[in-house]
Amino acid sequence: MTTISHEYKRVFVWEVPVRIFHWVNFIAIIALIATGILIGNPPALMSGAEATNQYWFGINRFIHFAAGYIFTLNLVYRVFWSFMGNKYANWKVFFPFSKKRRKNMSHVLKSDILLQNLKNSSFSNISVGHNAVASFSYLIFFILILLQIATGFALYADNATWWFPKLFAWVIPLFGGDALVRLMHHIIMWFVIIFSIVHIYLVMYHDWLEGRGEVSSMFGGFKFVRKERVDIKKELND
Amino acid sequence: MSTTEKKQDTYYESIIKNGFSRRDFIKFTAFMAAYLGYETSAVAQIATALKTTPRLPIIWEHYQECTCCSESFIRTNHPIVADIILDKVSLDYTLTLMAASGHQAEAAKKATMDKYKGEYILAVEGSVPMGEDGIYCCIAGKTALQQLQEAAAGAKAIIAWGSCASSGCVQSAKPNPTGATPIHKIITDKPIIRVPGCPPIGEVMAGVIVHVIAFGKLPELDRQGRPKAFYAKRVHDSCYRRPYFDAGLFVEEFDDESAKKGHCLYKVGCKGPVTYNSCGSIKWNNGVSYPIQSGHGCFGCSEDNFWDNGPIYERLTNVPGFGIEANADKVGMVAAGVVAGAAAGHAIASTMSKRKEHKGRVDSGKDIEKQVD
Ligand code: HEM
Ligand code: SF4
Repeated sequence: MTTISHEYKRVFVWEVPVRIFHWVNFIAIIALIATGILIGNPPALMSGAEATNQYWFGINRFIHFAAGYIFTLNLVYRVFWSFMGNKYANWKVFFPFSKKRRKNMSHVLKSDILLQNLKNSSFSNISVGHNAVASFSYLIFFILILLQIATGFALYADNATWWFPKLFAWVIPLFGGDALVRLMHHIIMWFVIIFSIVHIYLVMYHDWLEGRGEVSSMFGGFKFVRKERVDIKKELND
Repeated sequence: MSTTEKKQDTYYESIIKNGFSRRDFIKFTAFMAAYLGYETSAVAQIATALKTTPRLPIIWEHYQECTCCSESFIRTNHPIVADIILDKVSLDYTLTLMAASGHQAEAAKKATMDKYKGEYILAVEGSVPMGEDGIYCCIAGKTALQQLQEAAAGAKAIIAWGSCASSGCVQSAKPNPTGATPIHKIITDKPIIRVPGCPPIGEVMAGVIVHVIAFGKLPELDRQGRPKAFYAKRVHDSCYRRPYFDAGLFVEEFDDESAKKGHCLYKVGCKGPVTYNSCGSIKWNNGVSYPIQSGHGCFGCSEDNFWDNGPIYERLTNVPGFGIEANADKVGMVAAGVVAGAAAGHAIASTMSKRKEHKGRVDSGKDIEKQVD
């Protein structure tokens, strides 16, 4: 083991498309949860008023559907970028199939989830892009939101005139009816909320502990790695 | 009933013989074409078909059911339906309405099955019990399953009337003690049309039969085997209270001010948003009213397994396995709370466990601090 200095180098991790995706996703999810909760259980707002002059519930649903479209297209854009972008954005990072990623996964589970203080710290354990546990959680999240999109558009399909929502019409007979599909759509929302809590907490935890710019990386795109790590790689390449 | 007839009357002939005028007949065809959602040119097509086709033999079976489908059918708002389609001409066998009983009735059925093999329509009201070898429902010494298989063998097509025959209805609600099973899960080699509802609307039933008579085939079906003309739209999307939904004006309790004003019943459990049927447009009892118009939410009787789809007077369904009072939101809130608590616990634990590691960084950061101005 080399002696560790406290000198860092700046790496460009998240490209502009990744960051745009992240924040569009963030806004869309907040909008979808807020409007979705209102759809699920509308509060008795303005109940004294006449129907003629208000349409707030219709507007709320409109925002939900519009945000649903943005959310979906944004996801398509991210999938596309996983074939175009840099190595941290690549689709491969989401699958824990390589030995390296599995090793990293066990490291993260021990060190960051179970909070053990491990003796043998090696650079390869410290992730630059997503760590293996995080990226795997995004894979599960991806499946979850695909289900959310499928159930959402299936419910929407009946009123749609465009072919795109109709692509999902088969979901309703698959689950036997709208009622169950709506309940699933509602339950998946809670998984999305739980994912978000864990996600935000862990980002803050890593930022606090490691001081490598975890939180700000999603704004500016940069993270920091130890100088030695870059030097070793240089030596290897020479 | 009429299996002994020699020459068969066409529908038109029997209608005239029964004292209706030609004018009544044309009105009836126009009325049917409208319900089926056809343009006016179809009126002539239906009229021609009824003038030229001899009666369509129908065997109407009753298994595990309450006969509300038959009741609904004989209350369709055009007398020709009850008088001609049902009474006089078509039904060769129907336990409820036929004059014959016992051996005679069974003989009439057998005669129709032999004589019109491959031509008759089998209409089924009720589900078939599959538990205990089907002994929960026996007719003329045979189980409903045997009866169904025999009758289905020579049928041209099968109409599954009502929620019992098309999805099992209340008998198949959990825990389904008799193993009640809908028709399409038993007979798989015949065209089957599902006409769900508890009961289905009489006009819908008449529309289906008239379509089969007039066009010689089943009407266009959706993915779930239901006639598109009647089940393509949600009750919610044809509901006259919909403007209140969009305005966010909801009944909170059945005796509140909003209930008096006729606001939307969404929050008192209306299943209109998840139910496909024509109640909002055709209505019931000669178009007088339908549940929502009478101040009660739709309870989704035409949806599969509607008895197990959650409480009638509440919006959000209970989550299975979490006890009676646990709806999805309560479970979700508790789960989110637990997870947030775990995160907080993790945060506290990490300040202790990672104390040294963190302190090293803070110290070196402080050193640097001294080196900058
Ligand atoms: C993170 C993503 C999403 C969340 C958290 C979410 C949340 C919700 C919630 C809580 C409901 C109310 C369900 C109920 O209690 O009945 C709902 C309804 C609905 N959502 Fe979503 N949703 C999301 C994505 C989508 C997408 C992508 C679409 C596609 C357009 C969509 C379409 C719908 C539709 C059609 C309804 C039924 C609304 C109605 O008929 O009034 N949702 N959503
Ligand atoms: S009463 Fe029921 S069907 Fe009618 S608008 Fe309200 S929720 Fe929809």
